[in-house]
Amino acid sequence: MARLLECRLNGRDRADAVADNILLLDYLREKVGLTGTKTGCDGGECGACTVLIDNKPTLSCLTLATTVHGKRVDTIESLGTEGQLSAIQRGFHEKLGSQCGYCTPGFIMASAGLLRKNPDPSDAEIIEALGSNICRCTGYVKIIEAVRFAVALGKQGLAP
Amino acid sequence: MRETNLPLPARNIGSHVPMIDGPEKVSGRAKYTADVLGVGQLAGHIYRSPYAHGEIVDVDISEALKIPGVIAIVSGADCDKTFGVLPIAHSEHPLARNKVRYRGEPVAAVAAIDDAAAREALRRIKFTVKELPASYTTKDALAAGAALLHDKKPGNIERDVLFELGSTAQGFADADLVREGTYNCAEVCQNQMEMHAAVAEYDAVRDRMTVHASTQVPYYVHLMLSQILDMDMSRIRVIKPHVGGGFGCRTETLNIELIAALLARKANATVRMVTTREETFITHRGRPETDIRLKIGLRKDGRITAVKCDCDQRGGAHSGYGVVTILYSGSMLYAIYDLHNVKYTGRRVLTNTPPCGAFRGHGTVDIRFGFESLLDQMAAELGLDPFAVRRANLLTAPTFTDNDFMVNSYGLPECLDWVERESGWKTRKGKATGGNGARKGLGMACSHYISGASKPVNWTGEPHATVKIKLDFDGSIVVLSGAADIGQGSTTILAQTVAEVLGLDLSRVRVVTGDSEVVPKDNGSYSSRVTFMVGNAALDAARNLKSLLVNAAARKLEARPEDIECLGEVYRAGAQDKGATFEEVVTEGLKDSGTITVTGNYSTIPESHGGKKYRGSAIGGTMGYSYSAQVVEVSVDEETGVVTVDKVWVAHDCGKALNRLTVEGQVQGSVWMGMGQAMSEEAAYHDGLMLTANMLDYRVPTIQDSPPIEVGIVESIDPHGPFGAKEAGEGSLAAFLPALTNAIADAIGIRFNDLPVTPDRVFEAIEKRRRAIEKSTKNGGE
Repeated sequence: MARLLECRLNGRDRADAVADNILLLDYLREKVGLTGTKTGCDGGECGACTVLIDNKPTLSCLTLATTVHGKRVDTIESLGTEGQLSAIQRGFHEKLGSQCGYCTPGFIMASAGLLRKNPDPSDAEIIEALGSNICRCTGYVKIIEAVRFAVALGKQGLAP
Repeated sequence: MRETNLPLPARNIGSHVPMIDGPEKVSGRAKYTADVLGVGQLAGHIYRSPYAHGEIVDVDISEALKIPGVIAIVSGADCDKTFGVLPIAHSEHPLARNKVRYRGEPVAAVAAIDDAAAREALRRIKFTVKELPASYTTKDALAAGAALLHDKKPGNIERDVLFELGSTAQGFADADLVREGTYNCAEVCQNQMEMHAAVAEYDAVRDRMTVHASTQVPYYVHLMLSQILDMDMSRIRVIKPHVGGGFGCRTETLNIELIAALLARKANATVRMVTTREETFITHRGRPETDIRLKIGLRKDGRITAVKCDCDQRGGAHSGYGVVTILYSGSMLYAIYDLHNVKYTGRRVLTNTPPCGAFRGHGTVDIRFGFESLLDQMAAELGLDPFAVRRANLLTAPTFTDNDFMVNSYGLPECLDWVERESGWKTRKGKATGGNGARKGLGMACSHYISGASKPVNWTGEPHATVKIKLDFDGSIVVLSGAADIGQGSTTILAQTVAEVLGLDLSRVRVVTGDSEVVPKDNGSYSSRVTFMVGNAALDAARNLKSLLVNAAARKLEARPEDIECLGEVYRAGAQDKGATFEEVVTEGLKDSGTITVTGNYSTIPESHGGKKYRGSAIGGTMGYSYSAQVVEVSVDEETGVVTVDKVWVAHDCGKALNRLTVEGQVQGSVWMGMGQAMSEEAAYHDGLMLTANMLDYRVPTIQDSPPIEVGIVESIDPHGPFGAKEAGEGSLAAFLPALTNAIADAIGIRFNDLPVTPDRVFEAIEKRRRAIEKSTKNGGE
């Protein structure tokens, strides 16, 4: 069964006919073509597919696409404006929070969810917010530095 | 005097440089293989053996072919060729023929118009085998009468290694203390974040095959595709998009890319094959379970007099890299300390489990764990400080080891000094106290690694590495390299190297990699070879380009080439000369040949190739060894057995840090990956079925489990490395394992020789000791 899915995706209204059983992850990647959101496991283990639903970090691999009807969905492609990287993107780039880059969209969206709610988190709050995302390259040390840097940039007025 | 309005050459080496492909990665624009989506692609899925060992009776695909939407099915019947990473060990078919040897081995594959149709077809395949007894452990496989996995491998031994250099009998006789230890390290998997994927596009009209693959070595994929498809290499194109990590498992060509290509040709279409996490685990090529028996002789002053090491590796069902792994484990006993009188026996064993391969620190890690553990234990027995016992056995570079390894730069002493100082070892060791039921401890250890194997696996007589640079009317420097960036930052290093020689800003340099149609062949991203080998080739190419530009500038400025000074954006003849801009020089240079292309090559020197003292002794030979020392601080909760790593101090001798940011990132990542192996990661099986083929049961440390890792960079300036550089991405992994168990021993007085050191194991050991103390107190009281 297909039904009409209407949502606000990355700041634009969309309407698509989607099957009842399609995952948000597959809808984003294969139907819309937003391949920035990654598949990293067989379901809910790694956080690579994290997107924001009404600003809340959510695993798109455990979310049916039809359940975001009427909601706001933001993916990695929504970040950065006017040719500039966002504060978190700059943090992950400049502080090497990203090596192979595969887990990066998930980490960045989880961080964005945190900073939209709490623009000045403690280290403990950063660690808690990223606790369900796996990175296999960095050992997380520079990921924490990346988010701290984004917090500092945020204080200068750059959007997360 | 320099005129102030003249630019200075840009400096690109030695600072913190973010990766040049970072903006793509943080914006979601970086395309990985699974992101190569297109209209009309078929979905490829693999039917895998549910049996661990059996003779294939029948693969019946007739019902599967009837499923609507199924376009093609391939099985072992479609390909009688074998593949393998080592030219001497091609034992594996992309799809099993005659026999299946592990649970999950590919048997057949389906290409269909969508995933649902392909999966339905898999359910209709009827696979019949005559089951054979299976061996899941080293012990079972070596037992008398065990069923053979491969007819040509008696005793299920893929390869045995034996050497003795010097006299261990004499060495042990000279020792004041001789001790033995046995160690077991569980099998571990790379578990890189990107699951294996391939997109194969067959062009029937031209009989050409294009394969996108998540590989570390596009060249090997190219070779194996040609062999498996029985297709001329000139008809094949391999593209490596962004790759989401590898850590060694993607060094070998995997069955996935080969099966995707077989399917694409049979279906006459494009097949996209994206495996699940479970399949990625089962495809494996990780570090084998290793059993080590180690014996060391030590004098009272800490000098090592002899070493005897026996090593068994559970290799899985096919050779893969196995022969090389078991050789590394022996040869890399050397080149870290001044060792003589060493005897090594190694056995690579075939078992009915997924094939192991090369994993970061290839072959060296488990042996280093045993060695540094036993050394620590013996130092304590002799009343020597762990640092002192290492310092008593240092090499003096330049030197050759007893097994003919060339050591030209050796920063281990400085690594030891750095971690000793920064960790406060002298004042804190042995004085760490605990509270709230936790006991604190400090431990240390050392490790080392190669900067690429001096002799490539596929010996062709060509230079070890080749880089091209193109420069045209637009003035952009385009570096063409086959080096595969898999996240380690090799593309950035090549750009920095070229920009440094030319004195240009990094923004002028672009690097093209990953397409066999465009870039020179490269031996690939493994054994930490790229910075050293490809970096040197890039250096050569950049120097050739510079000399061409200097000649052009000389013509333009009517001066002699030797009088030309290159300032990057300006070339001038003497301090008073206004000079010519880079653009003007390029325009002049193009008059000779049109588009400028230059080549840079690098070849290793024969002295680095290892000796001929035993069979396989070239393995471990390199142009430069990296060195690492670590101090690990732990808290052990004696109530629960939970070990927390509070902090790690690591010093790594990478020769010269071309990019301090990425060196730090590589070293931290290595240490952390060592932590996973030491504390929680383990591939477990039940009757050959991998129980841990997901990221919940295969326990990778999360951000909440992970300590601060402070990195000290030691620069020993290797005489052959590009700007003095050596490897930075692997050498710091191994030392973590023994540094951890040494720290736990310091904290609670119990030594763990089996990995991973899980809370269960710690708790059990503490309980066992408590009961033993209780019993002896009770007995004593009677």
